[in-house]
Amino acid sequence: MAGLTRRRMLGGAAAATGGLLSSKAEARSPDPLITELQDWASQTGDGVDATPYGLPIEYERDVIRRNVPWLTADTISSVNFTPIHALDGTITPQGCAFERHHSGAIALRKQDYRLLINGLVENPIVLTYGDIERFPRETHVYFCECAANTGMEWAGAQLNGVQFTHGMLHNMEYTGVPLRVLLAEAGADMSDQNWLYIEGADASSNGRSLPMAKALDDCLVAFKANGEALRKEHGYPVRLVVPGWEGNLWVKWLRRIEVVAEAVESREETSKYTDLLANGTARKWSWVMDAKAVITSPSPQAPIFHGYGPLVISGLAWSGHGRITRVDVSLDGGVSWEIARLGYRGSDKALTRFYHDIHWNGNEMLLQARAIDETGYVQPTKSQLRAVRGENSIYHNNGVQTWYVDSQGVVENVEIT
Amino acid sequence: MSRLPNLFVLALGITTLLLGVAYGVATRYQMAAERQVMLQQVAAVRPQFDEAKSIDEVPTTTNLADAEDIGSENRIATDRDAKASVPAPNSLRRLGIGRPALPAEIAAWDVDIMPDGHGLPEGRGDVETGEAIFSDYCASCHGDFAEGVDNWPVLAGGFDTLAEDNPIKTIGSYWPHLSTVWDYIQRSMPFGSAQTLDEDQVYAIVAYLLYSNDLVDESFALSHENFADILMPNVAGFVVDDRAETEYALWRKKPCMQNCKESVNITMRASDLDVTPEPIRLETSTTHSDGEVSDKDIVKNGQKVFKKCQTCHQVGAQAKHRVGPHLNKIFGRVIGGLEDFRYSQVFDVAAKEGQIWDEESMAAFLLEPRTYFQGTKMAFSGLRTADEIAGVIAYLKTYSD
Ligand code: HEC
Ligand code: HEC
Repeated sequence: MAGLTRRRMLGGAAAATGGLLSSKAEARSPDPLITELQDWASQTGDGVDATPYGLPIEYERDVIRRNVPWLTADTISSVNFTPIHALDGTITPQGCAFERHHSGAIALRKQDYRLLINGLVENPIVLTYGDIERFPRETHVYFCECAANTGMEWAGAQLNGVQFTHGMLHNMEYTGVPLRVLLAEAGADMSDQNWLYIEGADASSNGRSLPMAKALDDCLVAFKANGEALRKEHGYPVRLVVPGWEGNLWVKWLRRIEVVAEAVESREETSKYTDLLANGTARKWSWVMDAKAVITSPSPQAPIFHGYGPLVISGLAWSGHGRITRVDVSLDGGVSWEIARLGYRGSDKALTRFYHDIHWNGNEMLLQARAIDETGYVQPTKSQLRAVRGENSIYHNNGVQTWYVDSQGVVENVEIT
Repeated sequence: MSRLPNLFVLALGITTLLLGVAYGVATRYQMAAERQVMLQQVAAVRPQFDEAKSIDEVPTTTNLADAEDIGSENRIATDRDAKASVPAPNSLRRLGIGRPALPAEIAAWDVDIMPDGHGLPEGRGDVETGEAIFSDYCASCHGDFAEGVDNWPVLAGGFDTLAEDNPIKTIGSYWPHLSTVWDYIQRSMPFGSAQTLDEDQVYAIVAYLLYSNDLVDESFALSHENFADILMPNVAGFVVDDRAETEYALWRKKPCMQNCKESVNITMRASDLDVTPEPIRLETSTTHSDGEVSDKDIVKNGQKVFKKCQTCHQVGAQAKHRVGPHLNKIFGRVIGGLEDFRYSQVFDVAAKEGQIWDEESMAAFLLEPRTYFQGTKMAFSGLRTADEIAGVIAYLKTYSD
């Protein structure tokens, strides 16, 4: 089976390079794409309104969210993954940003939307969607990462593709009302020891407890992403944005915020989203997503098709503690490291894009990237993580990822010493 | 033409000095008439602009540096953005948006249960009742003994496995509080028809789950009165996130850059497991004849609608009974006619009478299941539109031979 997969991928790489892994492609005969008149240079294309709301051109049909069918019993309570192997820059288009549902993506109209703020507040209030748009708002870019991103890799290399190992991740520009503004409107008791209980309108309700300090800091009650309405699968019309903290807290279809004196200890913060350690105890309230970087190309789904010579190594880095200040890249499995170029330095708790431009001469490589954030945190290796936590944590796996690149440019997910 | 708007937008964001620069650059490219327009526009925004500056207090020199670098260095552009975005005003007085919540509204939604049992409604249910309800509403996914069917969650057992290689996290072995069980079941289960159980039913199911986890005996009854007496075995199994001490302290160190390891060996390859989904191939041709399309579209639409049914019904070669019976060859099948499925009474009656599913009865049933068959166990409120119904019927027909 393994051999088959390998041969198939190899076949692809070889075909694309004409079987010749050479950087010098010499033209033997004139290229008809240049010398012959092409239809598109002569006839006309689609008129405006051919697609009133555009989708990517059909040649990009493979750049889509994918799920891993054997992971869950049913797609209604499941997850799929962002095709980060095929994206660049930092903003994730909504249409291919990963989905995670506990009871399916519901269709909730703006006119049916209600937000209740109650509990330890002077004025329990009900807000409509229209009301929410009347509060002062802000716009920020933030990454959203599921706590279980890379969770299938705790026990070793398992999925052969960065989409599947790291694709429970997206990064969007959100517009919304700071949570603190809404709490002030309800006259909430904002004492430090208080909590919020946050609930969605879907059948799972996905209730989570959020400490007051975070709520007052940077959380947004968001209604736009990347300039347009949220997508149904991301909580249309209103979701909570909890910058830098695990995606499960970003409650979708937000319907209720209750100020409470202690954590509710709901199912999503006890049975799930707690991190079991090797000794049998579990960490709870592990909200922050620690710094993490991964090379998105080359990667198993994005092998090197172009042969030897100039090669762009590209990837993403992010930290729930703030900004990424540096990313290092290793070509030899962590023996030596070089500082990568930050092609786009993201802001606080947002994705950073890094590039490392090399001349590849066909040597086998063990590619790694490690992130460093503004707190000086250096992304650990998988063995460092396992030494502290064991292999049964499921969540918060931010260990350094290794891609093995063979001399043909085929890439594979591996674990190394 | 295209340069003018760009410079103009740029000028909007920054200071007077910059406007001078923009103006100077503009003269090199713009015709006199356009320059005139720009000057008018600048004049028009001046007042707001000065006001903005006094709030923002951005030093002029920084902005000049930014202006020179724009387009060459993203890094600097980002710094400028960071300063230019001002937090939403933090008003201390209410804005008066929204309306007071009514007590009945709060009561309807504020149903969470605290770890000490606060929030529980009055009620009572025993193990035996719970077992019957569980077998009707839950066992198809979670197993008769809450042991989990296929990939569905396991709810019982797994004691003393948390420190092992394959820990089994269940209500009994892992959950720290009983309140969570009550809270979760009443708001989110049964999957596909959440919030349809009444308080006593939830008490009974929770009692049964305690029983199937060997935490109470079979004569046990759970109520709001004895709820707080139940201590879950793993209540002390959780520590508050301690990464700051156990991890950050170790990993906030200057990283090694050279000769960091002696050697490197590959110890595991993802391809050995071979569990990755196949890559998507872009097909080359997508032609189809026109006549087919509309039928296909109805079926396709029906397939989408069927997602609503899928939590309870399966179709196809591997189809098994779930909460509801499998729906293969449903047209022409006797209503309630499968021997190995436990139907409700109304369905049993229909079966005895030998009623048969046809398009008409199916359409009427799917529109209002509980009106068409009063007393049906099918906890589904019905489909809303004729299109949905026609679609599902067409889709089910593709599984009819
Ligand atoms: C159609 C299948 C199905 C039925 C029927 C069903 N469940 Fe579930 N149950 C699920 C799924 C799926 C989940 C996980 C949901 C998620 O992803 O959040 C779940 C989760 C649970 C959990 C939490 C498990 C955990 O480890 O966190 C409990 C408790 C539970 N169900 C109890 C019940 C009870 C009680 C009933 C009957 C009243 C019931 N379920 C009926 C599918 C079902
Ligand atoms: C929440 C679970 C649930 C959902 C959702 C659901 N069903 Fe059912 N269905 C049942 C159950 C349970 C029965 C058995 C009814 C009885 O015994 O009263 C049933 C019975 C049926 C039957 C009769 C089967 C027979 O053998 O006579 C049909 C047909 C049917 N369902 C179609 C559908 C379709 C179509 C949908 C979606 C539009 C749907 N159901 C949604 C649970 C469900």
